[in-house]
Amino acid sequence: MIRDLPSLEFQSVSRIFSGGARALNDVSFSIPAGGLTAVIGPSGCGKTTLLRMAAGLDRATTGSVKFIGQDGNVHSRASENLSVCFQDARLLPWRNVTDNVALPLELAGVSRDERSARAKQVIEAAGLSSAQARLPAQLSGGMRMRVALARTLVTSPDVLLLDEPCSAVDEFTRIQLDEEIRRVWQVSGATTMLITHSVSEAVWLADQIVVMSMGSIHEIRKVALPRNARDRASSAFLLEVETVMRSLARAAGVLVA
Amino acid sequence: MMSVMKFFRLMVAPVTAVAFMLVAWQIAVMMSGVSAYLLPSPWAIAQTMWASSDRLIGGAIQTAMAATIGFVVASVIGILGGSMIAAIPFLRRSLYPLATILQMVPLVAVAPLLVIWLGFGLPTAIAAAAVVAVFPVLAATIDGQVSVDPGLRELFLLHGASGWTRWRKLDLPASIPAIVTGLRIAAGLAVIGAIVGEFVSGYGGNAPLGIVIMTAMREARTDLVFAAIALSAVVGFSLFGAVSCLGWFLVHRWHASSVNSLEQSK
Ligand SMILES: Nc1ncnc2c1ncn2[C@@H]1O[C@H](COP(=O)(O)OP(=O)(O)OP(=O)(O)O)[C@@H](O)[C@H]1O
Ligand SMILES: [Mg+2]
Repeated sequence: MIRDLPSLEFQSVSRIFSGGARALNDVSFSIPAGGLTAVIGPSGCGKTTLLRMAAGLDRATTGSVKFIGQDGNVHSRASENLSVCFQDARLLPWRNVTDNVALPLELAGVSRDERSARAKQVIEAAGLSSAQARLPAQLSGGMRMRVALARTLVTSPDVLLLDEPCSAVDEFTRIQLDEEIRRVWQVSGATTMLITHSVSEAVWLADQIVVMSMGSIHEIRKVALPRNARDRASSAFLLEVETVMRSLARAAGVLVA
Repeated sequence: MMSVMKFFRLMVAPVTAVAFMLVAWQIAVMMSGVSAYLLPSPWAIAQTMWASSDRLIGGAIQTAMAATIGFVVASVIGILGGSMIAAIPFLRRSLYPLATILQMVPLVAVAPLLVIWLGFGLPTAIAAAAVVAVFPVLAATIDGQVSVDPGLRELFLLHGASGWTRWRKLDLPASIPAIVTGLRIAAGLAVIGAIVGEFVSGYGGNAPLGIVIMTAMREARTDLVFAAIALSAVVGFSLFGAVSCLGWFLVHRWHASSVNSLEQSK
């Protein structure tokens, strides 16, 4: 099968919930094929709503969310090989790590042998081999998130949607998980949307950052730093973080010089 | 797993209480000189149990059979019916409130109806057991399945799982703890149902405990009534114990009790 990585396009997307709450207002941006775009913004600004639309779990009131192939054709959501990692790990408590990771393959009707082989592979890559027979209750919170990440990878997705995969873990684990996300993205080569609260995480991982505020786009920013030159302690990195930080502060309505 | 030691430690208090009660009962009967017709002594009952052991054990087997079959029928109907009611919004709106109300009806009162429909004998006892046992299972199944984590449902939706697949791989396993609770209640009720069924559908041959009790009552054999009651308690406890063991086996690894297992497994 020839891989046709799509780009993900949000075109004038608005979403008004039944109660009349306007969660998104005319949002347009696109994630290039194989790119990693981070979406940041204050709590409640509509980030999850955007991701759910891309996942097909919610619909735009007006506007559209499209996957567009290299040839310019619009793909249907159903034909897209897409994986979502939610904010919470969402593991089945009665299944061990291996069987949780293999679930998407199982639901896709992949044979037992093949799915255990592929699950084994991503579990090993995630450094979870020693925990593969454990149940979710026997894992730490950070490990559970790594299992969830491994599960999103097991189908070799073309599109990856990650909703604050690190929000439930401490700063130390976050740095480890960031490394994991980077690996996941590089291995899969997928078109990736990463929602995060952390500016430093966004600058560390993304090639484009979308700053949102109250349902609208405040700024779309390309991350200038070359990927292999990103060093969390370097002044160039910290400068970039500061710039995005200012943009975010303005988006949140906090006055900055 | 609960260790044998811990089990014995847990049993010390209740066993002592029962022993104390029996002794007090024995002394009270001996001191007051109350007639054996009104209240036989525990010792007299024990002697009767020994003397009539064939009849009592035969009856207990009959009753256990009716209760167990009734319980199994109730479990299957309750789990399948409850799953359907939980899964189909129209049924949930129409039948769920009905099921809750029906649960309030004293179902043992329908036993005479069962005799009309099924005649005298084992089928009526089985049906009576099933009728009283079905609602706790039904209600527990519905409750368990409507409260499955919506996040997990979304995960299945995302991967295009069919309703049937989702039921097998998510709804059913997720609701097992709730269902087991319903089954445990149903196990106790099934024995009550079976005995009430036997009361009204009296049949000869290998008389079940319900018949033993009725016959003994007519013959003024209060000791035998007590002995049969004791055996029906044994039947009820056995069924309840078997269901509890099964439930423990199914969920102990991941549910509630396993919350602390991180420490234990390290
Ligand atoms: N199902 C819903 N019905 C009504 N309003 C909703 C619904 N889902 C979200 N909203 C509203 O839409 C807005 C955006 O929600 P969303 O979950 O997208 O925010 P978010 O940016 O992901 O926030 P956070 O960073 O806290 O996760 C919020 O004001 C929220 O209250
Ligand atoms: Mg969110």
